[in-house]
Amino acid sequence: MAEILVLVDHVEGTVKKVTLELLTLARSLGEPAAVVAGRGAATAAPTLAEYGATTVYLADDPAYDDHPAAPKAELLAAVVARSAPAAVLVAAGVEGKEVGARLAVKIGSGIITDAIDVSPELVATQSVFGGSTVVHSRVSRGVPVIAVRPNSTAPVAAPAAGTIVEVAVELSAAARAARVVERVVQEKGARPELTEAAIVVSGGRGLGGPENFALIERLADTIGAAVGASRAATDAGWYPHQHQVGQTGKTVSPQLYVATGISGAIQHRAGMQTSKTIVAINKDPEAPIFELVDFGVVGDLFQVVPQLTEKLAKHRS
Amino acid sequence: MNIVVCIKQVPDSWAEKKLRAGDSTLDRDSADAVLNELDEYAIEEALQLTEAHGGEVTVVCMGPEKAAETVRKALSMGAHKGVHLSDPALHGSDAVATSEALAAVIAPLGADLVILGSESTDARMAVLPSMLAERLGLPQLTFAGKVVVEGTTVRIQRLTEDGYHVVEASTPALVSVVEKINEPRYPSFKGIMAAKKKPVSTLTLAQAGVPAGQVGLPGAWSEVVDFAVRPPRQAGTVITDDGDGGTKLAEFLVGQKLV
Repeated sequence: MAEILVLVDHVEGTVKKVTLELLTLARSLGEPAAVVAGRGAATAAPTLAEYGATTVYLADDPAYDDHPAAPKAELLAAVVARSAPAAVLVAAGVEGKEVGARLAVKIGSGIITDAIDVSPELVATQSVFGGSTVVHSRVSRGVPVIAVRPNSTAPVAAPAAGTIVEVAVELSAAARAARVVERVVQEKGARPELTEAAIVVSGGRGLGGPENFALIERLADTIGAAVGASRAATDAGWYPHQHQVGQTGKTVSPQLYVATGISGAIQHRAGMQTSKTIVAINKDPEAPIFELVDFGVVGDLFQVVPQLTEKLAKHRS
Repeated sequence: MNIVVCIKQVPDSWAEKKLRAGDSTLDRDSADAVLNELDEYAIEEALQLTEAHGGEVTVVCMGPEKAAETVRKALSMGAHKGVHLSDPALHGSDAVATSEALAAVIAPLGADLVILGSESTDARMAVLPSMLAERLGLPQLTFAGKVVVEGTTVRIQRLTEDGYHVVEASTPALVSVVEKINEPRYPSFKGIMAAKKKPVSTLTLAQAGVPAGQVGLPGAWSEVVDFAVRPPRQAGTVITDDGDGGTKLAEFLVGQKLV
């Protein structure tokens, strides 16, 4: 059975949930093999084996962290040449797509991004135009490169050999041309990452100002959620840009999406419409967000949200 | 410093979009065509850089005849000249093919910087900047929330989940920007008038040196098998808060085992 290569997303050896999802998905497509690069790569190996990687291609050169995207594409191209896989899966995040894009050009393959499922025939399902259209597509030339969205598959452990194969690639000067010279952490919290979170609580214009995001954060922390924001809120500088959900921001697909003070313009819907359950709080009964909700409350969020937070805190204690 | 900005004409991002039944390509007539919003930020950044460091901004656009409007829009914002790659054989090109065609147009321009929006609001693949960097052999400075040029060094703030990375390279380089980076200017009346006189060269595939078989639907590296419009979500329960709205919502979430 041909290998399905999975590019591992990790931070110094701590494997991200999306990679476990990709390994789980890869098991239904062929023989999962993980490709892990950068600082701490070796530390990741046991987790990768636990989630089904029969082979772990390992390249622990720090150059993979110090130059964006290009070195990982060269590594993947080298592994593709050696393993002749049936497909390459990457996480549909910023870097996963960048690496996938370069790899597709390098090895002369087509690429599909933002798949929410992949069939054993390697037909990818995509949800496009803000979830209004479902598309099935496939790569028609080369080794399919498929970027899969986080939260598309539930990760299930299935221990496998995880045989380590060290790969040393002579990286080109071009791949090293862009250098990471400084890493700045602006916020470090216990909250889950927006695209990976099972629950997302978002705030919009209805919050009226940056200080009121504390209300959203309290609710999020009560139920272990990530915090999102509408474009109106990020454009106004009320909340960091990285948290924007929508057409020009992140696409999220959590189990539960809580929209507070967000009208639900198409700009926003495009980023959250495929959430499994949607609830909203908005003072305007005509707000388009109510067309999407499983449960909606027309009311003042400054009354409703604290009450909701209090009830949920009580429930969880 | 001479800068190339890649721009795309897309359906208005505030409108509903759909695919065409015949060949599963985007129905470009179903919504107003506009300049891809993120490209406005790329143009603005290029204009600010040339205002500070000298040089010219050339916009490069691939798209049907109608996309000439988008080139004019960019010129009315202040870009100096335009190149419009337009050929019926390009219809249905996927990202891999598009990057090949654009690279063929951009390479001979010999720019110090190539700037793009991080993605288009229609396809939203966000792969073009990386594909172009790969094809043009340029250092990739992507997902920039800030760009600084000092001599031949370009330094960006690449946004990450919890902050940013400072990434730098020497020119020539490729940059992609996110909307956090600046506030795009509106074309002034003077700008709109001046745009009419600015040079735009329209190229066919043959003139750009791209073999027709490499692009369009026949040259695509991926294909749509089928598509379906998803039925709208079933409307749920909407209640009006009578002082216990938060409690009722909490009960719903607990009842559904969502929290």
